[in-house]
Amino acid sequence: MEKSDMSKRIDINDLNIFYGAFHAVKDVTMAIEPKTVTAFIGPSGCGKSTFLRTLNRMHEVIPGARVEGEVSIDGRNLYGRGVDPVDVRREVGMVFQRPNPFPTMSIKENVLAGVRLNSKRLSSGAADELAERSLRGANLWNEVKDRLDKPGSSLSGGQQQRLCIARAIAVQPQVLLMDEPCSALDPISTLAIEDLINELKSDYTVVIVTHNMQQAARVSDRTGFFNLEATGQPGQLVEFDDTQRIFNNPAQQATEDYISGRFG
Amino acid sequence: MSTPTQERTTGPRMDHELDHLRGVVPSPVRPAPPHLSLMVLGGAVLATLLLHLALGRSLVLSVVIGYLLYVVGVNVAYRLTAGARVATDHTMRALIYGAFVLAIIPLISLLWTVVENGGATALNPDFLQQTMNGVTGVHDKAYVEDGAPMVGGAYHAIIGTLIITGIAALISIPVGLFTAIYLVEYGGLNRLSRAIRFLVDVMTGIPSIVAGLFAFALFGVLFGVGTKNGVAGAVALSVLMIPTVVRNSEEMLRIVPNELREAALALGVPKWRTIAKVVLPTAASGLASGITLAIARVIGETAPLLVAVGFTRVLNVNPADGPMNNLALYAYYMFTRPLNPGYRDPSIERAWAAAVLLVICVIALNLLARLIAKFFAPKTGS
Repeated sequence: MEKSDMSKRIDINDLNIFYGAFHAVKDVTMAIEPKTVTAFIGPSGCGKSTFLRTLNRMHEVIPGARVEGEVSIDGRNLYGRGVDPVDVRREVGMVFQRPNPFPTMSIKENVLAGVRLNSKRLSSGAADELAERSLRGANLWNEVKDRLDKPGSSLSGGQQQRLCIARAIAVQPQVLLMDEPCSALDPISTLAIEDLINELKSDYTVVIVTHNMQQAARVSDRTGFFNLEATGQPGQLVEFDDTQRIFNNPAQQATEDYISGRFG
Repeated sequence: MSTPTQERTTGPRMDHELDHLRGVVPSPVRPAPPHLSLMVLGGAVLATLLLHLALGRSLVLSVVIGYLLYVVGVNVAYRLTAGARVATDHTMRALIYGAFVLAIIPLISLLWTVVENGGATALNPDFLQQTMNGVTGVHDKAYVEDGAPMVGGAYHAIIGTLIITGIAALISIPVGLFTAIYLVEYGGLNRLSRAIRFLVDVMTGIPSIVAGLFAFALFGVLFGVGTKNGVAGAVALSVLMIPTVVRNSEEMLRIVPNELREAALALGVPKWRTIAKVVLPTAASGLASGITLAIARVIGETAPLLVAVGFTRVLNVNPADGPMNNLALYAYYMFTRPLNPGYRDPSIERAWAAAVLLVICVIALNLLARLIAKFFAPKTGS
């Protein structure tokens, strides 16, 4: 029973992240519980997106980027010997800041891209079913069910972002990472995505980076505050706690300053 | 209470900071009479006709003087009526149109000359279906003096052009495309890819005759001195074509947004499959048109083929054995060595016809590139 459970616990242990010689994030240790929404907040350049990208090894796609430390999903170290980054990314999906549907593909092809590009054969019935399930999961089905063969780029920005979420959950990951998923969207679309995040929580472990503190307060169970001491210094995790506590009664002065708008 | 703070933030201080900009005032624009530029143009055309017809100056000189009159006239006319800014606008417009016309004149003139001289012969089915096998000066003399039908055509040259260019494309496209993929997707800025870029740039500047000599020497070493065949020509053309394909493809792959690569990688798609299924299809239209233009660039090469392939009057469809002909060489030989030195016209006609066929090939390839670009272009919706 536990095996079929899609969401997993993530343990990060003493993680240091580098771009070449530049030390971007320093000494992060935290535990992310399954089926929760965890939000990372902090000023620009503090390394929260960088940190997020290390959770599915997308960080190392950038030339010169490397990581020291440990990220374990249910006890298995992602950075262990013999772990293939491609396998990691199949388990830990990601949604990016700007919606990025594949321009050569239709809406349906976009949803099925993760499966098709991994050359898994799908019968047309199974493909239809998977597309519908994923689009329903992303609250997009009713809006696009009559035009599944139209190009993905024909949708509005908010719809495109939900299409990207559908694409990410179609490969049935255990964890879903979201890197400022609403920063390019209008308030209505943002609301749609936030509702979606609340629903996704029942199946997935969701980690979201946001610049919008109200958003963090609305959607997340736990919140991590990242900060850097000065420009050029590595970013670090200042405080990580229940969202309620972070916003009402933070332990650190820096957190309170940031949340009350005194800087950042 | 609030008044003093307001004054401090918005009022005099801003003005003070902008003091040094006070002298910059946009020049006023007054209404100009309608169709003023057309009237000036009419005057310039009249002056041109007057110079050419009444005063007997040459057409070129008259047009140049008429154009200069228009540039000056439109400037003065608008400066007096509408103002300096509008005058500058019209003057620059006149200069830009002039430059455009100047650039297009040689192209139109070339197409016109080629079609006028060779169009009829090129469309003659006999010319397209016959080779020069057995055709001699006697036939040309009969054609000129007795009105006998034109004998001999460019069939062997057309086939040779298609075979040699086709093989060159078969060699260059994979090599060039994979090099570009390495440069963009794997190499980045490392030492190897910088070296490759440098060498590709150098190769772009290689004179085509050098490429021909290279292929000739290479095949001499491999298959015996003096080996001339279609494959040698294709190798020579590839040397010229590969750098173009690399450069064009590199540009096209580079403009594929990185977000698409990341989106695919984040779905757990391996890198090679991301390149094959996401990057290449997204860039397909640009790649296809770049490659087609690279083919168009080498299809008319003469010198390297003269060296590496040689010349023949008969049809040879085997690129691995013996000399072949191609359209550019065919035209060259017909011009320089007419079949019958006493009756040059038929040979010259054939040369023009071959030139027409070459131009048609190049235009067709360009149109094909546009069609391909349109066909593969990412769907934009609506």
